[in-house]
Amino acid sequence: MFIACDECDLLESVPPMREQSRARCRRCGAIIYQRHPRSIERSLALSMTGLILFAVANAYPFLGFKLEGILVNTTLIGGIELLYQNEKFAIAAVVAITAVVAPVLQLCAGVYVFLPLYLNRRPRYLSHVFRWLQRIQPWAMIEVFMLGILVSIVKLAQMAVIIPGVALWAFALLIVVLAAASAVMAPEDVWSRLEATN
Amino acid sequence: MSRQAVTARELGLTTCHACRLLVKLHPEHHHVHASCPRCGEALHLRKTNSLARTWALLIAAVILYVPANVLPFSIITTLGASEPDTIMSGVIYFIHSGEWPIAAVIFTASIFVPILKLIIITFLLLSIHFKSHWRPNERMRLYRIIEGIGRWSMVDIYVVTIMAALVHMGSLADFTAGPGAVFFAGVVVLTILASMSFDPRLIWDAME
Repeated sequence: MFIACDECDLLESVPPMREQSRARCRRCGAIIYQRHPRSIERSLALSMTGLILFAVANAYPFLGFKLEGILVNTTLIGGIELLYQNEKFAIAAVVAITAVVAPVLQLCAGVYVFLPLYLNRRPRYLSHVFRWLQRIQPWAMIEVFMLGILVSIVKLAQMAVIIPGVALWAFALLIVVLAAASAVMAPEDVWSRLEATN
Repeated sequence: MSRQAVTARELGLTTCHACRLLVKLHPEHHHVHASCPRCGEALHLRKTNSLARTWALLIAAVILYVPANVLPFSIITTLGASEPDTIMSGVIYFIHSGEWPIAAVIFTASIFVPILKLIIITFLLLSIHFKSHWRPNERMRLYRIIEGIGRWSMVDIYVVTIMAALVHMGSLADFTAGPGAVFFAGVVVLTILASMSFDPRLIWDAME
């Protein structure tokens, strides 16, 4: 099998590989091919888990803040709404896209692509959705958002009492699930599964 | 470079973005729209107008970088007194109050990483323009660094969002994002777009 390296374009012949192994480009060192066992089933499972975690992460407050007897709770959507009300439209949009829209689209696209494949059907518009999935992925920044929460906790702890919420744990798990979903996704497997079903 | 090294482009081959099929492009297709025979996606030998786009996004980011650092990033009002903070004054405040970890995180994410990205992208673009043969593997490493770390600059934008959502208690304590935050968000988005539009294969093409 011949593979062109994505990062330096070197053409290389790759011998058949065992599962759970990866091949690196011999010129620039980029990973050019990897095989994950049952990548379609895993991608589907991770996307569905991610959607559940995402719902929990957004339905409950992630932080509470108590000052002089007043308790303020916040959800991610609530924070974005507040920015929007204060006419910080650009920031509201950037946060909404990177912390809400991109992750949820990534997870939905995952289910859209991998559920039919798992059931041996061909999803419609597969190549477009798949391409969009790859484009959206870099904009999902839940792990950076988590660092933002941690920094805020330390900052606010000087001012008031901070109460971590349920959503905080959901976000933490979501980071792991999203990272695993990106790592496991293998375009080659999608197309070989499709060719097998036709 | 060894004589056996053959690139896909030299053989008129390219990999489909969507399905990873290696496709032979006909010579007459190099400048027209060709599509993948397996999945139908558009095929490109290289990212379209990579150098021009990356330069444009880079220059826009450099311009926004100035107001991002000069204008107040956040404004905190306690008991009627407003106190605007720029990125740097925020870092200095945390150093003085002994919060070293926070000062380090904000300095790294909001000052060090954006500057590093701007410098590295400029350097990579110049090295391609001058057809440099200097250490391509190290330049690839620089490219991978900017690909990986750019997103972490967003952390301060999230901190502002969270602080603004929690600290809004009227005259007692109120926290809002300043105009600097908008420009800073622009810098982060533009540098991410710049590193996405940069095609690392050009580093190797320029050496042929």
